[in-house]
Amino acid sequence: MIEIKDLHKSYKMGSNSLHVLKGINFKVEEGELVAIMGSSGSGKSTLLNILGMLDGADSGEYTLDGVPIKNLSETKAAQYRNKFLGFIFQSFNLINYKSALENVALPLYYQKVPRKERQEKAMQYLERVGLKPWAGHLPSELSGGQKQRVAIARAMAAEPKVLLADEPTGALDSKTSYEVMDLIQKINDDGNTILVVTHEEDIAHMCKRIVHLKDGVIVEDKKVEQVRAGQYV
Amino acid sequence: MWLFDKDLWIEIFHTLGKNMFRTFLTMLGVIFAMIILVLLLGSANGMSNGFNKLFAGTASNSLFVWGQSTSEPYKGFERGRRIRYKLEDADILKRQIPEIEVLAPRIELASHRGTVSVYRNGQTSGSAVYGDYPEIDNITKKKLVEGRFLNQTDIEDSKKVCVIGEETYKLLFEKGEKAIGEEIRINGVYFSVVGIYKPNNNINIDGENAVFIPFSTFQKAFNSGDRMGWMAIAVEENTPVPFVEAQIKSILKAKYDIHPDDERAIGSFDMSEIFNNITGFTMVLKGFSFFVGIFTLLAGVIAISNILLITVKERTQEIGVRRALGATPVIVKRQIVVEAIVLTAFAGLVGFAIAVGILSILNAMFGSGDDFPFVKPMISVPQFVVSFILMVGLSVLIGLLPANRAVKIKPIDALREE
Repeated sequence: MIEIKDLHKSYKMGSNSLHVLKGINFKVEEGELVAIMGSSGSGKSTLLNILGMLDGADSGEYTLDGVPIKNLSETKAAQYRNKFLGFIFQSFNLINYKSALENVALPLYYQKVPRKERQEKAMQYLERVGLKPWAGHLPSELSGGQKQRVAIARAMAAEPKVLLADEPTGALDSKTSYEVMDLIQKINDDGNTILVVTHEEDIAHMCKRIVHLKDGVIVEDKKVEQVRAGQYV
Repeated sequence: MWLFDKDLWIEIFHTLGKNMFRTFLTMLGVIFAMIILVLLLGSANGMSNGFNKLFAGTASNSLFVWGQSTSEPYKGFERGRRIRYKLEDADILKRQIPEIEVLAPRIELASHRGTVSVYRNGQTSGSAVYGDYPEIDNITKKKLVEGRFLNQTDIEDSKKVCVIGEETYKLLFEKGEKAIGEEIRINGVYFSVVGIYKPNNNINIDGENAVFIPFSTFQKAFNSGDRMGWMAIAVEENTPVPFVEAQIKSILKAKYDIHPDDERAIGSFDMSEIFNNITGFTMVLKGFSFFVGIFTLLAGVIAISNILLITVKERTQEIGVRRALGATPVIVKRQIVVEAIVLTAFAGLVGFAIAVGILSILNAMFGSGDDFPFVKPMISVPQFVVSFILMVGLSVLIGLLPANRAVKIKPIDALREE
């Protein structure tokens, strides 16, 4: 599903150049649930941004579902993001003046799905994350866990090839974190490919594979026995 | 066509509606600008209408010609010779100058602007007495309070009838007394009154104390022969009066042996000059109002642009999310530009409605135009359309500024900003 070959990325910081990713080689198959771990500054967020087409690499190859991702125009990148990727952010990033339902329907709006169909589909996904009764509420009326579930529903709504989660539990207490991970696991059980960036060991062990990044290189890439989050809920 | 995309409009109104206060503040500038523009234009129109009303009934493209005394000796004649026209001159001029539309000859009893005594039942008035053709009514319209003006039958039958001014009526009749059919005496000849006119509230060439009798009657009653005092001439609409004036003068100068350089022998007065001056004045006034109004509007639209710029900064995260979810730069731009247009157009309409209300009140208070040239102050449809199109056009241009700013924000930067 995702294939990366010799990926390099550096940032200009004044006169200095900061080499963040120093040749990443990495492959994700369909249906995998991968945790990307690393301390801050290890380059894990940069990697996720490049995977999410929010940032471009300096060199190297990136293929997503057989499509080479290189030198994308802003418009093309936006279309690919909409088609291939679902984003889950640490700070949820819901649009605060839109209801839960409207937030979930937003990616479908950019896919030019007719309004009625959009609403129905969004409602389905809200139901799937257990928030159907909250459809009409604004984000400010929801708890942190609920917000993240709305964000997950939103990421799912466009039926992307890959879900990218950037510290999805970073802003949540551990109980809510497990609820969210339980949901992510269930979505993965349905066959969705998911990448989770995290620095929390327990969260990482709820995935099926852990990739360790350190100073811009992969130091470890191992399959793990998945810990089901459901048992803590 | 995206303009008819219902979702876009729902999205726009949703965004604006959920941020009512911000939306309202943004619109204030344009609302005030539109009020100022419409009030200025409306008032200028009101003044223009007021002047038009003032001159209603006077043919604007007209001139008057009369005889004076020569100031140069010529062909054996001494200077100071009085020029007296003959009635045949009217036909000669009409024949030779096709641009003349109406030519009304007139003769006066006594000298120019002089008065004679008019008697009735022992009451006397010193009035101007004119022998006229009915055509004069096409050049200086008389507002009749009672009865009728002179007509063709009066001329043909040389009827002893007259039309008198309100001032003359007051001097000769008691208040409320019936005048139509009554007789008045001028130089021993009796005339029966057929009409009374009142001052026009406009340029009054004949005065209000005057008696009009048919030209033919005048000739017989006062034995004036074929003499003619002066001529009121209406010129075709698209011909400049000075052009015709020069032709008339050269014909008359040749006929009466006047020195070609003699400026004083023929008196004339060009009405169009006054009209042109006033039309020019109101045109400048309208142009100036439009100019000031449009720049005020520009300032208002720039204010919208400014607020949208601030808003874009405020909405960085939202725009970042939208872009991460698949909004292309074009979609983001379009949303902000359409927001600018909707805000401007709506604010413009609100301002327009308020200004029209104010103009209606002004119209009710001063709109009669009796003592002040201010009639029906209102903006015309083309003026409204032009300013509206200009305003919306400006808002597109100016909406692009914040729109480009919004597109420049990289999604990652936007998402990082918490």
